[in-house]
Amino acid sequence: MNWLTNTLGTSIGKKLMMAVTGLAFIGFLTVHLAGNLTLYGGPDSFNSYAEHLHALGPLVIIFEWGLMLLALVHILTGTFLYFQNLAARPLRYSVNKRGGGRTLGSATMPYTGVLILLFVIFHLANFRFIDASHASLFQVVSGAFAHPLYVGIYVFAMAVVAIHVSHGFWSLFQSLGLNHPKYMPFLRGLGIVVSLIFGLGFGFLPIYISFIA
Amino acid sequence: MTRTINLTLKVWRQPAAAAKGRFETLHATNISTDMSFLEMLDVVNEQLTLDGKEPIAFDSDCREGICGQCGAVINGHPHGAEKGTTLCQLHMRHFQNGDTIVVEPFRARAFKLHKDLIIDRSPLDQIIQAGGYISVHTGGAPEANTIPISEDRAELAMDAAACIGCGACVAACPNASAMLFVSAKISHLALLPQGRPEAARRALSMVRKMDELCFGNCSNERECEAECPKEISIANIARMNREYIKAGFFSALK
Ligand code: HEM
Ligand code: FES
Repeated sequence: MNWLTNTLGTSIGKKLMMAVTGLAFIGFLTVHLAGNLTLYGGPDSFNSYAEHLHALGPLVIIFEWGLMLLALVHILTGTFLYFQNLAARPLRYSVNKRGGGRTLGSATMPYTGVLILLFVIFHLANFRFIDASHASLFQVVSGAFAHPLYVGIYVFAMAVVAIHVSHGFWSLFQSLGLNHPKYMPFLRGLGIVVSLIFGLGFGFLPIYISFIA
Repeated sequence: MTRTINLTLKVWRQPAAAAKGRFETLHATNISTDMSFLEMLDVVNEQLTLDGKEPIAFDSDCREGICGQCGAVINGHPHGAEKGTTLCQLHMRHFQNGDTIVVEPFRARAFKLHKDLIIDRSPLDQIIQAGGYISVHTGGAPEANTIPISEDRAELAMDAAACIGCGACVAACPNASAMLFVSAKISHLALLPQGRPEAARRALSMVRKMDELCFGNCSNERECEAECPKEISIANIARMNREYIKAGFFSALK
């Protein structure tokens, strides 16, 4: 095997792939959230944002395929890690207490991950792979959020994303070896702040739209 | 005045590696609170022997918290709930009269169970053999102060070297990963000039050996750090990751 697959194939190599792809998703979510905030500006501001984005043409396509590739790496590696870790302890403890390290986020990474995947498929089917020739994107979005069920699904999904990121954020720095006594406490705090920004930032949008729609 | 307590033990009993195991309920009576957990097991074993029954098999050696030979999961915590103590240094004063205590062996696919609470920790030795050493010429010991090492660095290396290789990190990890152990062993050598010449080879071969032995993967749960009797920090795992990145991407080794 060549040196790259050798290096990425080990336990630490797989963690590095999770960290790099996870960081890319956090970057994507940040940009996505910034764009979506134009919804607060009303239909014109949001539609104009969408038009400007689509005007980038092939760049958007390249970006989408790039994200797709990263998602494939993150999901396949995460699934592989999950089953390997499960197999590493065939006989479970009858009494299992936490020592104080685990958090809600860290204990649920594979499960929140799968929920995010299901949500992303649902989300793309609703807003990406639709025929938007007869309606503006704002009409599509406000039409969807007129249903309380849609609002519920979106708010729940954003809570799940926040939980995933609450562990993922600091964890990716640790995986990349960036643990420093001066900065680690700050990064742990920042992870909580970022996950709250994602959760509240994305989560309030469907609620807001459902009120004005 | 010595206080004594009575306890109910639920101990994992398994006659041999291939045999089926189960919990056995035993009673520990008149246990002095000055005893260590292992001394309490000694008392129970004496009674079992007198009754013509098989004593509980468990490992121990130094009984002063430095050899890493003892260890079991006590009520869900490797080496018990006390922070920074090995099982041999866990004293019975931390238990109340009438307590029920569940005693299980360290569980991981990589640690084969021999009998009752005794596990085979030799996979940890195999990881050391893969690179946890430095190569030096034999002969007279060199003058200690030839190579200057800062106090801070020496302290960090010493903190990592405090690892006694008991395997509690593997036992505590939800994924049965040995990363805290391996990172401590990689760190205490990587931090010192004497360890640098072989640092890249060491990082690659120890990590590969760890994977080959079917330990799980680290997902930064931090349970190892919380349960480690020597309170080894996960900052060592980050250092190991850095060493691994340097070796994998920037050294000439494949
Ligand atoms: C919004 C999308 C997502 C973001 C921002 C994200 C972010 C992250 C980050 C930053 C990590 C930490 C990496 C590390 O510890 O080094 C992580 C870990 C993980 N992610 Fe995601 N992720 C997303 C979607 C998913 C999906 C769709 C799945 C699976 C179906 C998934 C499964 C996992 C798993 C299992 C881990 C833990 C890996 C381990 O530590 O063993 N994630 N994620
Ligand atoms: S017997 Fe040596 S550390 Fe416990």
